[in-house]
Amino acid sequence: MSKPLPFAITLDPGTSLANQTGSWRTERPVYLDRLPPCNNACPAGENIQQWLFHAEEGDYHAAWQKLMEDNPLPGVMGRVCYHPCEDACNRAELDEAVGIHVVERFLGRQAWEHGWKPEFHADPSGRRVLVVGAGPSGLAAAYHLTRLGHAVTIREAGPMAGGMMRFGIPKYRLPRDVLDYEIQRIVDMGVDLQLNTKVEDIEAAFTEEGFHAVFTAVGAHLAKRTEIPAHAAGRILDAASVLRDMETGDEPPQLGRRVIVYGGGNTAMDVARTAKRLGVDETMIVYRRSRKEMPAHDFEATEAEEEGVLIHWLRTIKQIDETTFTVEKMKIDDSGRPQPTGEFETIEADTLILALGQDSDTEFLQRVDGVEVARDGVVSVNEQMMTGRDGLFAGGDMVPSERTVTVAVGHGKKAARHIDAWLRGKTCETLENPEIATFDNLNTWYYDDAPQTVQSALDVVRRQTGFDEVLQGLTEDNALFEARRCLSCGNCFECDNCYGICPDNAVKKLGPGNRFEFKYDYCKGCGMCAEECPCGAIKMVPEDI
Amino acid sequence: MTDTTPQQRVKFYQTGTHTIGNRLLDETKRTVQASMERANAITSGHRACQGCGEALGARYALDSAMRVTDGQLVAVNATGCLEVFTTPYPETSWQIPWLHSLFGNAPAVATGVAAALRVKGRDDVRVIAQGGDGGTTDIGFGCLSGMFERNDDVLYICYDNEAYMNTGVQRSSATPPAARTATTPALGDAPGNVFGTGKNLPLIAMAHNIPYVATASVADLHDLEDKVVKAMSFKGARYIHIMVPCPLGWGSASNATINVARLAIESGLFPLFEAEHGEVTTSNKIRRQVPVSDYLRPQRRFAHLFKKGPDGEIDTDRIEKIQRMADANIRRFNLITDDGEGETAK
Repeated sequence: MSKPLPFAITLDPGTSLANQTGSWRTERPVYLDRLPPCNNACPAGENIQQWLFHAEEGDYHAAWQKLMEDNPLPGVMGRVCYHPCEDACNRAELDEAVGIHVVERFLGRQAWEHGWKPEFHADPSGRRVLVVGAGPSGLAAAYHLTRLGHAVTIREAGPMAGGMMRFGIPKYRLPRDVLDYEIQRIVDMGVDLQLNTKVEDIEAAFTEEGFHAVFTAVGAHLAKRTEIPAHAAGRILDAASVLRDMETGDEPPQLGRRVIVYGGGNTAMDVARTAKRLGVDETMIVYRRSRKEMPAHDFEATEAEEEGVLIHWLRTIKQIDETTFTVEKMKIDDSGRPQPTGEFETIEADTLILALGQDSDTEFLQRVDGVEVARDGVVSVNEQMMTGRDGLFAGGDMVPSERTVTVAVGHGKKAARHIDAWLRGKTCETLENPEIATFDNLNTWYYDDAPQTVQSALDVVRRQTGFDEVLQGLTEDNALFEARRCLSCGNCFECDNCYGICPDNAVKKLGPGNRFEFKYDYCKGCGMCAEECPCGAIKMVPEDI
Repeated sequence: MTDTTPQQRVKFYQTGTHTIGNRLLDETKRTVQASMERANAITSGHRACQGCGEALGARYALDSAMRVTDGQLVAVNATGCLEVFTTPYPETSWQIPWLHSLFGNAPAVATGVAAALRVKGRDDVRVIAQGGDGGTTDIGFGCLSGMFERNDDVLYICYDNEAYMNTGVQRSSATPPAARTATTPALGDAPGNVFGTGKNLPLIAMAHNIPYVATASVADLHDLEDKVVKAMSFKGARYIHIMVPCPLGWGSASNATINVARLAIESGLFPLFEAEHGEVTTSNKIRRQVPVSDYLRPQRRFAHLFKKGPDGEIDTDRIEKIQRMADANIRRFNLITDDGEGETAK
């Protein structure tokens, strides 16, 4: 400091930066990433908000790579997933949910057209893992284990890989070239896929073959039966075999002229719609409860009806006399269960297809010490997806679950993580989920109105006569539009609002991709940034005073 | 709109162009405030209250003017909050050449600065004069009218927070009816400011037939920057009137500044328009119309409208009167399109 200044002399102006107004603050803004509801709802644990973020910029390759970190089958998933993400989407409260599945499907298509390969780096671990079953769960586990550096062998009892994606989901919902391509991409990563190889002895795989861990995901293929009094009944088939024969048989299965499908799940819808396409005169579904209670997804029933499938709700089959089916009318009681009414009617049909659900064929596991198998074949696993036998893991339809492709893929990923941790002698830490970004966290003023893009469907005549895919994909323009409808709930998308809106110039912009930081020396804590953040990525927290 | 405007309506980009920036927008089309290179005409450390609308409005306007003049700008300031909170001796928050003289003479001083620059042949340097509503509509009004009448090459910007906030919230001629201030207390049969008086300065400026008059708001940055750029494209006297909510004087939450300003626009009480040579050329459509009560309710200066008398009933008569003012604006400035759609478009 120079000599003291005399009284009332003019000083050179100094900057107000000397005045640290941050000391006024009682609350401080903090940036945070809340968990978007779509991510929270995804059974496969996809980071949807993040891959949409890349897609919004038109960087489909980055978007696809992000997606592939969690799910090896985007093309399949974009078609067959029942998209719980869209049911959870906050945008639905604004106009309509973001069409996440169509963007996913578009990315799957882009990857195919450009021949993209998943990018990852993993040092070989020297560990070998056997995966039993090449369904969605087994394939996903093999994929993720490979990404983690393990050598994977898949043994599949059937002649083709894909499991229920091939033998349960008809072609008109999942074209086989898409499925084949995405399976082959996993095999090309170095997975040893052995078809027509049924695993009978799990212990031998450990002891004689030297696998360090085993993941079983054999699915649920055994059709459930029911007792119906029948005199000289016509043909009785089960849905799982009909759908399987569609894939493996030289000729499509021979159905009669009038077919009844018994059941109200997605499989019932699938097999009824398949029968319609095979040229059956009349396809009917008989289901003991009403539309509200059916386990099938609503769109499946709608599409089936559009194609001319007749659904008899609230009916049970009581007796079959050759081609005459006696059905009893049911009513739903207060607890939601169907109760008989004593009223009967008859329906004429020559073929009955049972679609009453499936059990798991897990007999081979009953011989393994420590493995718990329920009467319906379902196998118990712990939080780490491990059975009672050390190193033996299980997932997919054979463990208690919702039994969808997406859940199975999620199981594969989860199991792979735990297997990896187990092989390395660690436990996989389950991270605490951050708080969920709710609609209330958003400032929706900033979002433009933009209704969902409609996915065009094949005309009904072609749907009734062939197996071409019903729902069509989106063009790039449409997919980009759809991706940009994402609100980016709870995650900063660098809109610059906080940076621009701060009256105290107390937000520092760090440049593209690097977001922002607060200059707490000057932030007065007015809270405008948090209030005007469109996506809810800023929170005000009390200061310790 | 010319090509140099920062305004670009991008349909269906995640947030359209309602946010300050947009990573999907072409760099050259983004706002000045989104830029890491903005001038920051007022830097941190100023003494404005938390959530000050005026500090924000002044930075928006001056940063934009700095970009369009390539930094060749002088600002003259009337006395008022903006002057006091930015320059407590011996500190200053201004990062541009800046002058302050008196409360009432900013337009005259700016005229002098412009004349001096003309004499020196510096036609590259432009002049802005600025003040609050008190310095503009009351105390500096004579000087301002003269500046308009002489068509001096000055852009005058009024930051309107609707009262003398710096000295303790006294009524100005820009204070709206029913508003409680220190000099119009919420007492008696007709609490708050009286109806039917006050000055509408944008319309008075238009009556001078100056080249350019506009209203703007801190709630719509794109529009505000656009209007500053437009104003700087004219020579002669120009006037921009910017609504800047005052959390202290209005009794609104410090985090609600933008929202209150937005509700003023959406209710029709603060119409956004432009006029050239005395004629209205554009007006911004209301995007999502709200009743005036939505705007009045979050402000404590209007609290008496919502708890009249001992039983706390709502003063529907006077709220209805304010609604009629908004409706008149909507008709006069054509704020809603004929089909009732309120998408902001020009």
